[in-house]
Amino acid sequence: MKPRHKRIAIIVGCLASLGIAAFFVLNALNSNIALFYTPSQVAAGEAPKERVFRIGGLVKSGTVKRNEMTIRFVVTDTAKEIPVAFTGILPDLFKEGKGVVAQGKLGADGQFVASEVLAKHDENYMPPEAKHAVDQAGKTANTLKQ
Amino acid sequence: MDNKIIHWFKFGSPQTFYPLAGKMVPWFWALAAIFLVVGLWLGFFVAPTDAVQGEAYRIIFIHVPASWMSMFLYVVMACWAGIGLALNTRLSSMMASAIAPTGAMFAFLSLWTGALWGKPMWGTWWVWDARLTSELILLFLYLGFMALQAAIDEPRRADKAGAILALVGVVNVPVIYFSVKWWNTLHQGASISMSKGSTMAVTMLWGMLVMALCFWMYSIAVALMRVRAIMLERERHTDWVKYAVE
Repeated sequence: MKPRHKRIAIIVGCLASLGIAAFFVLNALNSNIALFYTPSQVAAGEAPKERVFRIGGLVKSGTVKRNEMTIRFVVTDTAKEIPVAFTGILPDLFKEGKGVVAQGKLGADGQFVASEVLAKHDENYMPPEAKHAVDQAGKTANTLKQ
Repeated sequence: MDNKIIHWFKFGSPQTFYPLAGKMVPWFWALAAIFLVVGLWLGFFVAPTDAVQGEAYRIIFIHVPASWMSMFLYVVMACWAGIGLALNTRLSSMMASAIAPTGAMFAFLSLWTGALWGKPMWGTWWVWDARLTSELILLFLYLGFMALQAAIDEPRRADKAGAILALVGVVNVPVIYFSVKWWNTLHQGASISMSKGSTMAVTMLWGMLVMALCFWMYSIAVALMRVRAIMLERERHTDWVKYAVE
């Protein structure tokens, strides 16, 4: 084995073991790296109690209610739901049926009191006409189902 | 077979590569300029307004290509550094040093444009989610690589130390790329992927791809210019530099 080949072997070996180590570390930290808990995880008791954390999901359509400065809405992951109350300014992209991440505490009554609400954008980029077409198609599909 | 190997290594010597790189630089600048004009024209005048985000989405024509380049350049830099470490070739290590500042610039650009977009869209400049944090680590890796090399006076030792840092940091690149898949993040998933194709309007996609080409050409041009400067500096005691400068 030439010294050159030996060095290549050492480098490849080190990189491989480093990769495996990184994989295990990231795997172990999995729950800490996640930015938010889904309503299902909260329902299963995985979220921290008495501490600030984030929940994420979709704003359930038809649940947004404004009362003075306080906004109430329901966050859903289509399986479980959590009611949220928030006092403050919402980001532009906050919309019914769209993604949202809220930071705050879970009250004893099961209501999540948020101190910050962020909108989560999806990966779809399209002009208004295309969006209109997609919405129409969705409506037609819903009508057909009913 | 032996002939071919000798042929390749010929370009690995700074003496032959210096004039060759000098000849290539203007071409890559020209291509970068062309792609820049076409890309920005597509991005600002041809691509339609986004249905949800309005005009603010147009930052992706800088943001996404810059993020791609920051990741890709890191892999290229680490490859050159690794080759330099394994084969003891001078030019490979110089290439790694030449790429680092450009990569750092793109990583910074990616974070900065992302913050500008995040404030109106998400409602925050910054959030410690996996995608944003791992991209920030990438910027620190670039800066660390440059700082480490600058801190060691002897170039050969600086190359070796830098190469180890660069290779260790490679682990971060797939983490950045797959972060939006592996964990739930505020950052959206990839709009372009191998499995799903693209979820963007076609003209938007073209604008982004042309801008990515522009950044490629720019990176090559700048890296070649920088590697020429590094060659002159490191080999200043040799005869060929005396001739080259004259």
